[in-house]
Amino acid sequence: MISIQNVNKWYGDFQVLSDCSTEVKKGEVVVVCGPSGSGKSTLIKCVNALEPFQKGDIVVDETSIADKKTDLPKLRSRVGMVFQHFELFPHLSITENLCIAQVKVLGRSKAEASKKGLALLERVGLAAHAHKHPGQLSGGQQQRVAIARALAMDPVVMLFDEPTSALDPEMVNEVLDVMVQLANEGMTMMCVTHEMGFARKVADRVIFMDAGKIVEDCPKEAFFGDLSARSERAQQFLAKILQH
Amino acid sequence: MNYNWDWGIFFKSTGIGSEIYLEWFITGLGWTIAIALAGWVIALLLGTLLGVLRTVPNRWLAGVATAYVEIFRNVPLLVQLFLWYFLVPDLLPEPLELWFKQDLAPATSAYLSVVVCLGLFTAARVCEQVRTGIQALPKGQIAAGYAMGFRLPQIYREVLLPQALRIVIPPLTSEFLNIFKNSSVASLIGLMELLAQTKQTAEFSANLFEAFTLATLIYFTLNMTLMMLMRTVEKKVAVPGLIAVGGK
Repeated sequence: MISIQNVNKWYGDFQVLSDCSTEVKKGEVVVVCGPSGSGKSTLIKCVNALEPFQKGDIVVDETSIADKKTDLPKLRSRVGMVFQHFELFPHLSITENLCIAQVKVLGRSKAEASKKGLALLERVGLAAHAHKHPGQLSGGQQQRVAIARALAMDPVVMLFDEPTSALDPEMVNEVLDVMVQLANEGMTMMCVTHEMGFARKVADRVIFMDAGKIVEDCPKEAFFGDLSARSERAQQFLAKILQH
Repeated sequence: MNYNWDWGIFFKSTGIGSEIYLEWFITGLGWTIAIALAGWVIALLLGTLLGVLRTVPNRWLAGVATAYVEIFRNVPLLVQLFLWYFLVPDLLPEPLELWFKQDLAPATSAYLSVVVCLGLFTAARVCEQVRTGIQALPKGQIAAGYAMGFRLPQIYREVLLPQALRIVIPPLTSEFLNIFKNSSVASLIGLMELLAQTKQTAEFSANLFEAFTLATLIYFTLNMTLMMLMRTVEKKVAVPGLIAVGGK
């Protein structure tokens, strides 16, 4: 579903991604972790071309991003993305947030879009808030709306960029629950997250990045199983985040 | 001070037809409003467009908008008005020049000049406010727009401008009031708006203080009314749970 092939990216002279390659198969859940500045968010943003890269290619559902002829907005409309800071549109009601891209990008009718949006809102447990505005919801609720908004576009794959990092601890689980449910339903997902409990529960593979390189790329069982078989950098990282 | 105060002057005959001085003020107020509103339409539309251009990821478009702002806000308003009224008509193609100088009533040609002048001058200021409003928004909003498949014009229309314009309503209100006050420059090219009528009243009646007191009151009341109107607009478009309105 996603094939990342030798992706290299520079900011000026500074290389943020070096020869990153991996695959995400249909229905697979891949967790990307690593220290800050390791390039994990940059990598996931390359997948829907929010960040340009200078070398290599990424193919999403048989569409090449490096290909100049690719209609990127069209590609992005098929890739759902959830952001660290939710990025709901604050001037629109929850219903409008769910409908706007369905109507303006996919050309669905308003009635069709709002039916779809409300069904998804129901699914993330927020049907009662449809008429409100994002500023009136908690962080966890906003993030669940953001997931519903992305799902409303019927994406072939969902990208999550640290979806729980900006949340109060109490609200992390309500968002993870939605993500677990989604994973269990067979959605193809690529998640940048430090929630190792989530990774253990639903991930098929774990990718560990450091200094712009993919250091580890292995099945979950291997990643969390025999720590001594991991690279030194991954061991240090895991020792720090798994301690508590 | 040896001065004969006469507050009844406004109801006295001007000596021209059956007009009383108050009617001059009313006519003048009419011109003031007509200049300001027409100028504001130009300023708001052009200013918003320029504000957008200053933020688009294209150096040439942004450069054009920047150049516009620097030219129009660094030349005094009065100089700009004289250029529009005395110089620009000479640069027009001949049929247009003749139309402007001979066919139009003097008040109409002065009106057109001052509306264009104030509109373009104020557009530079509106542009800067719209630009700052757009730049004040989190970068993630643009990313979210792109991620949903929007193209750049859609992101501006659906995501950035509705938020940015709400943010800048308070400074835009100042600009809106400014254009009413600045419309008084029209008196210098002979358009009989409020200030010109005031000066004329002062000269005809010799009741200078009364005339200027009334003009002051009219400008003040007009601007207070506009300010309250804008505050109502601000409240009306306020987003629930987002921006505190009117300091509340």
